[in-house]
Amino acid sequence: MESYAATGLVRRYGDHVANDGIDLVASAGEVFGLLGPNGAGKTTLVRMLVGLLRPDAGSIRLVGRPLDRALVAAAVAYLPQADVAVADLSVRRAVETTAVLRGLRRHGARAAAAALLEELHLGEVADQPVGSLSGGQRRLAAFATVLAGERPVLVLDEPTTGLDPLARRAVWAAIERRRSERAASVLLVTHNVLEAETVLDRVAVLNNGRVIACDTPGRLKAGVGDVLRLELVWREEPPVYEPAVADLARLATVTGRRWSLRLPAAEARAALGAITAGPALEALDDFTLATPSLEDVYLQLGAAAPGLERV
Amino acid sequence: MSDPRLGVRPSFAAATGAVYTAQLARARVARVPLLFVAAFQSIGIMLLLKGIAAHHDTLTGRQIVAGATVLVTAFVCLNLLAQRIGALRAEGGLDHYAALDVPGPAVALGAAGSYATLTVPGAVVTALVGCALFDLPYRGLWILVLVLPLAGASLAGVGTLLGLLAPRAELATVAGQLGMTVVLFLGLIPGERLPIVLRGVRAVVPSTYAVDALAATFRRRVDWQGVVVDLVVCLAVAVASLALAGAVFRRSVR
Repeated sequence: MESYAATGLVRRYGDHVANDGIDLVASAGEVFGLLGPNGAGKTTLVRMLVGLLRPDAGSIRLVGRPLDRALVAAAVAYLPQADVAVADLSVRRAVETTAVLRGLRRHGARAAAAALLEELHLGEVADQPVGSLSGGQRRLAAFATVLAGERPVLVLDEPTTGLDPLARRAVWAAIERRRSERAASVLLVTHNVLEAETVLDRVAVLNNGRVIACDTPGRLKAGVGDVLRLELVWREEPPVYEPAVADLARLATVTGRRWSLRLPAAEARAALGAITAGPALEALDDFTLATPSLEDVYLQLGAAAPGLERV
Repeated sequence: MSDPRLGVRPSFAAATGAVYTAQLARARVARVPLLFVAAFQSIGIMLLLKGIAAHHDTLTGRQIVAGATVLVTAFVCLNLLAQRIGALRAEGGLDHYAALDVPGPAVALGAAGSYATLTVPGAVVTALVGCALFDLPYRGLWILVLVLPLAGASLAGVGTLLGLLAPRAELATVAGQLGMTVVLFLGLIPGERLPIVLRGVRAVVPSTYAVDALAATFRRRVDWQGVVVDLVVCLAVAVASLALAGAVFRRSVR
């Protein structure tokens, strides 16, 4: 059974086509991701999937039925990017109110809020207004409202933006718990490659309003071929007079003292060997040799990826 | 919904109650400005007009006190609510309620009710101070129990509509302030003294019925039938504007 099945979705804003014929199928119990840089059309797609935007063309089925707002409310908990609706409420009140609006009675909502605040380590700020919290805690509080009132499908638009690594892991653990214990389906929008690789079962890569690839992260990465990513971080000015370094300098994407290269596996290994065996090692602060990431998939597919994060 | 995994929906009353208590709780943060800025403004207007009004002009005195009292409600329910809804809409905050599929009238009624509740202390204080200033009887003030909720609901319905219909948040603010100015102007000046054209305008502004109902109770002989008619008009406007606001809310998020 599918949580979502969308066919031929088109949405225009004037002359701009934000979604240009999107097909996707997300299975029940799956963590399905939408990955793409800012402006790729992810949020437009999500807003159509939760009934807040009407597609210009195409159709959407949710848990096997034609999508309508009442069905969305019964089946989906949606985390939008903006959380202004709950910004003036205390964290506890925001979660409780959302639980009531998802059909829980007062005492049930109170108990659900208490459990969620504990699960997400929000107990200390429970009585502070959401809007007064730091960006990360604020996002976490908004995420808590999504989990209130247990819906079988979670639609999360960039849930971990601004979160510190610890809070991000708490969100991922909470998502995984919903999936493994309650067979929840999750549709997760992200532009964070690490998040995509860590939590997604399958991912649709979006660019310019189209799905340019859709598969498991592993298979997408395998499709990149026999390529490795070599990262070099220099302690001081790179010794470009060294022949081994000079060769790489021509191919590297340079960000400050960090060089990033995508090379055929054998060449990458040889280059790293040459640098670490020679005098250039003195100037080298750190290096990594890694298998392709989803960012490499993205680049391989021919899309520019300036908005993708790798944090 | 036969699928047992699908969540239940709250009743209309529960949804309205949740929006109401949440909005009331959020307003607690800003209660001082909400409760007292509006009252200070109205009391200031009464003091000013006390200095201008003729000493024995009880008609004007009744009108000023009733108008200034309802103005407290207008400040919060019309002006601030229009601003709040306009800002929420501009920043995508209404998505929260729309995705939960909270019935539009429940959002409108819950928000309107909470804003109307907030105006009660300020309006009561204004009415008491006004009665003292203009030497009016206190015995009819119990009518505030009806006037304030009905004026609040009708003005909040209009405020919500302004917030939802204004193309931009700034325009919602301007519309809310203009609306309050109209309430101020038409509330404080006795209808009999307005030019014919403005009497027509006065007839379509819902708050003037609340003002008239309150002003009537300051008379020696109260025309209760007139008071009831005025309050029924307020109720009708409240129901119509909140229902309309609910319908507009559903459309405005698409």
